[in-house]
Amino acid sequence: MEGMAGQKSTLTWAVHISVALLVALWLFPTVGLLVSSFRTAEQISNSGWWSAFSAQKGQLPAIRISGEEHEDGGLYVIDGNLFGSAETTLSAWGTSSREPEAYEPDTEVELKDGWTISVAKSGDFRLTAPQSFEGERLPRVFATATTPPEFTLQNYKNVLFGTTAGAGVGQAFLNTLTVAIPATVIPILVAAFAAYALAWMEFPGRALLIAAVVALLVVPLQLALIPLLQLHNAIGIGKGYLGVWLAHTGFGLPLAIYLLRNYMVGLPKDIIENARVDGASDFQIFTKIVLPLSFPALASFAIFQFLWTWNDLLVALVFLGTDDDRLVLTARLVNLMGSRGGQWEILATSAFVSIVVPLIVFFAMQKYLVRGLLAGSVK
Amino acid sequence: MHPALQAVLTIVIGLGGCIGYFWFSNQLLDKVLFPPRGPNIGRNIRRAEMIRPWLFLFPAIFALGLYLAYPVVATFWLSLTDRNQGGAFVGLANYQQMLREAKFWEAIRNNMLWLIVVPAASTGFGLLAAQLTDRIRWGNLAKSLIFMPMAISFVGASVIWKLVYDFRPIGQEQIGILNAFWVWLGGAPQTWLTITPWNNFLLMMVLIWIQTGFAMVILGAALRGIPEETVEAAIVDGANPFQIFFKIKVPQIRSTIVVVWTTITLVVLKVFDIVLAMTNGQWQTQVLANYMYDKLFRAFDWGVGSAAAMVIMLLVSPILVWNVINARREMR
Repeated sequence: MEGMAGQKSTLTWAVHISVALLVALWLFPTVGLLVSSFRTAEQISNSGWWSAFSAQKGQLPAIRISGEEHEDGGLYVIDGNLFGSAETTLSAWGTSSREPEAYEPDTEVELKDGWTISVAKSGDFRLTAPQSFEGERLPRVFATATTPPEFTLQNYKNVLFGTTAGAGVGQAFLNTLTVAIPATVIPILVAAFAAYALAWMEFPGRALLIAAVVALLVVPLQLALIPLLQLHNAIGIGKGYLGVWLAHTGFGLPLAIYLLRNYMVGLPKDIIENARVDGASDFQIFTKIVLPLSFPALASFAIFQFLWTWNDLLVALVFLGTDDDRLVLTARLVNLMGSRGGQWEILATSAFVSIVVPLIVFFAMQKYLVRGLLAGSVK
Repeated sequence: MHPALQAVLTIVIGLGGCIGYFWFSNQLLDKVLFPPRGPNIGRNIRRAEMIRPWLFLFPAIFALGLYLAYPVVATFWLSLTDRNQGGAFVGLANYQQMLREAKFWEAIRNNMLWLIVVPAASTGFGLLAAQLTDRIRWGNLAKSLIFMPMAISFVGASVIWKLVYDFRPIGQEQIGILNAFWVWLGGAPQTWLTITPWNNFLLMMVLIWIQTGFAMVILGAALRGIPEETVEAAIVDGANPFQIFFKIKVPQIRSTIVVVWTTITLVVLKVFDIVLAMTNGQWQTQVLANYMYDKLFRAFDWGVGSAAAMVIMLLVSPILVWNVINARREMR
């Protein structure tokens, strides 16, 4: 449409490349986390996640020789393989941590008391000695090897069901679900009735109320924390799920009313007037006509509210408290960042557990989300 | 009781209660108080119609009043009292104490930076993405991917970016992509998050990353709403693509840009999770919302904490007033 014929192709290429760059920039951080969550702690700390797809050369942790000895031509022998995987290739090895790359593969090295050891490329080792190994401490081998790309689900097993590493993420997942679902469902009906009144009923003070809703839309919820906590304590709710649900309901209402009213105002006037003429009461018009027609707006709000309550940290910290068994996923993650800041396998996996549900909702319901955003801010 | 069971029960009671309230209150109005029959039928119908809107509105007004309007007043009152003196009125003492704290001024300074950089960068990137993706075949996929961070929590995003900024001592393989890139360029690995004042920008990057998709979606819709004729006329007059974009398109969507800008500004003012999770305000990265949280829930100094909350409210209020004025203008 734009541009002149001669410039068009170079410009189109420039556009393609810029968009690709932008998308890469926006996608890379998340991909990094996702890839890391499938790697072992060792892999994560040995190399960047971007090299996870290629074979890697690196020094493995020291391996202590073990195995059953047997006699072979007057010598006592232990043989076996250093590596678990057949595709690992040894490039250098050593027997002391000071010189971990001292020997080539297949070199035979003499140790104390006439012991000899050799390690092949494949990791096959052969340890020999003139006398039995019974009661002796076997040597350690330091290997530098190329390992094939390897991914594991172990992190997810540990984080979700394990008892030590990243403990409580599974519980936190349930807690978050428990917070998010009622906090999403309850405001909808309350808001829908109010939105209908503000859209289709005539009464004094209507304009003022709409203005008030618009004003409350931007009031920072930070202001509400202490007064509401005091209130909850005074009426006996204290810190707990009920308090969180009520708080999320209150904080979600302005947006809900605003979105739904904007949508309902746009419904065809004829339908509603006709129903009135036919003798339908407002209650009937609302439940039989307006509510079903408003489904897209209800869906938009439900997605917003679900994402918001799922992702929230502040409200959950304040109204649910910081007891260990009540932490939501976000709070658990903040704790993990403090206590296990260096353990990326736990951190990355926990983080991914916390963002996977919103991502599914996002990709499944993107249409409604976009529609809601547009209704909420473009006029 | 098990929380999950409690949740199900709450949904049932909450929804059932709402439906019950609306149905019974309407029945009461129509069947008992002002039945539309008998000698006063006209008066009864009129009265019922006067009361009904308030039946519809009551639960919402009650919840809004209790959970948003009342706390503003209560917080203002708290900011004038001292908890240690049993809630005695102390005038502006909390504000004075706050103004004397270096951390507060650090937070204000950083917040101002956030307020300029984040909305500007998000809107800019969003506009760029919206304009570029509009013209290519895989534009929708690209949009989805740029929009995706919107679904990720601030804390989740903080973890994601902390990995990007990760630091390993010199000689070790870098696992953070920023340091890997930096080392590849020939630099020495840096502990990025401790380098003032640049660490502030690294934290801002997280929010920009989240908000750009939002800006892109809204601005994209506005760009598509521009009348074709204006663009065609410009092409006929020989304008180049950049002129068309900056001189024809951007001026026409100015009001949308303002809306996007203010919406992101509101998010910025409340940003707390990112700072808490990544630096917790260390290395001079404090912001107001985290300062307030510190005061309220770590120092338990409700007076100063509330004063900080009022400062946030004060910063929000111009947008509040502007939004209300706009909403009223639209309704006329």
